[in-house]
Amino acid sequence: MNTLTRKIIMCLTGLFLCFFLIIHFLGNLQLFLPAEEAQKSFNAYSHFLSGNPFIKIISYGLYACIIAHALDALYITIQNKKSGGAFKHDKRDRASKWYTRNMGILGFVILLFLVLHFQNFWYYYKFGSLSLDQSGNKDLYTLVVISFQQWWIVLIYVLSMLALFYHLVHGVHSATRTLGVFHPKYVRWIQKTGVLYAVVICLGFALMPIYIYFTY
Amino acid sequence: MKLHLKIWRQKNAETTGKLVDYTVEDVNPHMSFLEMLDHLNEKLILADDEPVEFDHDCREGICGQCGIMINGIAHGPLKNTTTCQLHMREFKDGDKIFIEPFQTAVFSVRKDLKVDRSAFDRIISAGGFVSVNTGQAPEANTTRITHDTTEAAFDSAACIGCGACVATCKNGSAVLFTAAKISQLAQLPQGREERTLRVFNMVKQMDEEGFGNCSNTEACQIECPQNISVLNIARMNYEYNRARILRK
Ligand code: HEM
Ligand code: FES
Repeated sequence: MNTLTRKIIMCLTGLFLCFFLIIHFLGNLQLFLPAEEAQKSFNAYSHFLSGNPFIKIISYGLYACIIAHALDALYITIQNKKSGGAFKHDKRDRASKWYTRNMGILGFVILLFLVLHFQNFWYYYKFGSLSLDQSGNKDLYTLVVISFQQWWIVLIYVLSMLALFYHLVHGVHSATRTLGVFHPKYVRWIQKTGVLYAVVICLGFALMPIYIYFTY
Repeated sequence: MKLHLKIWRQKNAETTGKLVDYTVEDVNPHMSFLEMLDHLNEKLILADDEPVEFDHDCREGICGQCGIMINGIAHGPLKNTTTCQLHMREFKDGDKIFIEPFQTAVFSVRKDLKVDRSAFDRIISAGGFVSVNTGQAPEANTTRITHDTTEAAFDSAACIGCGACVATCKNGSAVLFTAAKISQLAQLPQGREERTLRVFNMVKQMDEEGFGNCSNTEACQIECPQNISVLNIARMNYEYNRARILRK
């Protein structure tokens, strides 16, 4: 596999994850509703997602993308460590932003977060014994509220969103470069849109645990 | 000016080198960096020492032969300048200067500050040309190209192949160099005929040489003496993706 093939895998899997985050984000906005309404609609939404065969296919695609993205990232990062120069006196950092140089580390933080996140909610929803709400749906909402009563979970979530933010600020820009967008006008626009996307998604996600922590 | 130099000395490709301390006096601020090294070398020769070897040719910033890490930055602190065009007025009396070769996994040191950049030549040989059958020179105006197009192609062609991008890149990637050569030709009608094969072959050769992957940190353009745009990389990716889709 050549370098540009590896990059396009990074890019396409990354962009699919970006697309997924939009849907995930919009769904989770329900957490900001008044408690009673939030419980009802969030649980109904979760129930709808878990029963839907179309969503099932998407979710398998999602798992595949996370694994492919992470494996490719590992390979690329190791290879780049070997091929890069090392100097006794090194001031090369002046020419680039720290987060563009540390996509592997940022990605690894996100991966650790994903393990925790899956364990927190996905695992419990699928295999745990959740009580039912008034409409007879599994009460994921209460689990979310209980989890976010612990300050350290809130802290981990917020810090992870910070890592995701930097990963996305560079990631979206880098992905469009990999796709081959070379017209200066569109490059500028896409870069701005990427930053806006990263701000909205990461700030929004970070506010969810904070909001729940302070309102219950 | 009096300067304290820490210069990478290495006997040959087989041995490993180390930084050696030198002090040079009466350096004139109008000297170029290479002239300062000449000045040091004269002293070394008179003292029966081996002079420091470094690559250079035109000494006017156009050939791409010179190139060393100066205080940890390719071609030194001044932006968009080759080592030969860097002057000692950029330094202060009593400064300590680290001088190292452009050494990466692919650019191995031959001796002292000279590295082997022949990988670049092999990338060019793989496709950085337009095939023409010899014979009568064609009439110059049969292929019409707008002024803007020639200028844009020339901006890409301005790459002098010094290797600062590879040395600067934390991944030791040669993508900026390869992309500049690919997009120079992709922008011209003469080059478009062989675009598919060219991008495949040049990228393949770049990979086989062992250069790293691009992370789009964009440090390469910042330290490039010719300020070659990273948008060339986008164009190379476009060319590659296009070729991939259209391949029979
Ligand atoms: C929600 C999760 C994630 C999203 C949305 C995401 C998104 C992206 C995007 C769009 C890119 C740009 C692709 C390109 O350069 O062409 C990228 C690059 C990268 N991602 Fe992720 N990523 C995620 C998770 C991860 C994880 C879990 C890891 C590692 C374990 C990771 C490691 C990397 C690395 C190393 C790069 C840079 C590749 C390079 O420098 O060449 N990412 N990511
Ligand atoms: S010697 Fe020719 S560019 Fe420096």
